[in-house]
Amino acid sequence: MKIYGVALLCGCFLAGKFLGLLLGDLLGIPGDIGGVGFAMFLLMALSLMMRKKGWLSEASESGIAFWSAMYIPIIVAMAACLNVHAAFGGGWIAVLAGAGATAAGFFLVPLLSRIGREGDDLKDE
Amino acid sequence: MMDWLDPLIEKNGLILAFLVVGLIMAAAYGVSRYVTRGRIPGAALAIIFGLALAFLGGEKGIADHPLFAGMAVLGGSMFRDFAVVATAMGADLETIKKAGKAGVTALFAGVLVAFATGALAAFAMGYTDPAAITTIGAGACTYIVGPVTGSALGVSSEVIAISVAAGVVKTLLATVATPLIAKKIRLDNPHAAMVFGGLIGTTSGVVAGLAATDSRLVPYGALTATFYTGLGCLLCPSVLFILVRALMG
Repeated sequence: MKIYGVALLCGCFLAGKFLGLLLGDLLGIPGDIGGVGFAMFLLMALSLMMRKKGWLSEASESGIAFWSAMYIPIIVAMAACLNVHAAFGGGWIAVLAGAGATAAGFFLVPLLSRIGREGDDLKDE
Repeated sequence: MMDWLDPLIEKNGLILAFLVVGLIMAAAYGVSRYVTRGRIPGAALAIIFGLALAFLGGEKGIADHPLFAGMAVLGGSMFRDFAVVATAMGADLETIKKAGKAGVTALFAGVLVAFATGALAAFAMGYTDPAAITTIGAGACTYIVGPVTGSALGVSSEVIAISVAAGVVKTLLATVATPLIAKKIRLDNPHAAMVFGGLIGTTSGVVAGLAATDSRLVPYGALTATFYTGLGCLLCPSVLFILVRALMG
């Protein structure tokens, strides 16, 4: 049943958020640190295990697949709710700081991508 | 006379939001196919249409209008994080293990480089107070790290507003510019997507930018980006503030 997959996703999501909040609390930071990441690891590990044991039917998986396919529409709704006026209300310092940081991040992608993938590069070419 | 119409929207805001987003998606995919002949992906156009709608509203974008209040629920962090976790089903655990080291390096490099860029911008524009410089540097990480750092250091609300604005500029730029620059920075594989998530760090910007580039890369970028804000909140008000204070004498 589809609800089994959705329930598994919800369980992983809440457990991951719990771990993220716990980590934040331990470090003295208000908020959740890596909760989504923990939840993703849990879902990957549990679904791998359940598939091996034959506990995850195709119908159950389609319950998760539905939410996975909904994320672009959700991102569109998120974009429509951003405080776009704030981006222009902060003056030139904000534009300089935000744009500079983004550009610096972009430029570092090809450099840092080299770490740990020498073998793969050869395969690609 | 039409009083009975208000509760229809008020009580069913989320359902209306699904309908509105569905219409935006249909319009975006239509324009992508027939006007740009597939050159601009439909997902990228849909996100740009969403941003354009946000200009009609205020702090919460289009959701500031009572009619579209449900958009804040659909586009809020609960549904966003839930859907992003669901994409993990399509991710390959072996690839993640291989890219782990690069991802962690990218996280630290991303926070440090963004902070340094933001702090330099603040310094260049005439700020000399170490707490203000640190807060603006933190805002260049994400729009959450900025205010968290600012309130820990007790800066003015004007400086906090600048730090939030810097973070929002970063999110917008990551959303719009990622699909344009993806080929040049070789952002076309899961390994690079993990590095990208760690370097840019704004979960909204990373996920939206990757969605507009190649949706298969989303789970990998989200995985590292989710740790970025926490790392920033950890480093900025502590180690990095002490460093800025030492540098400013």
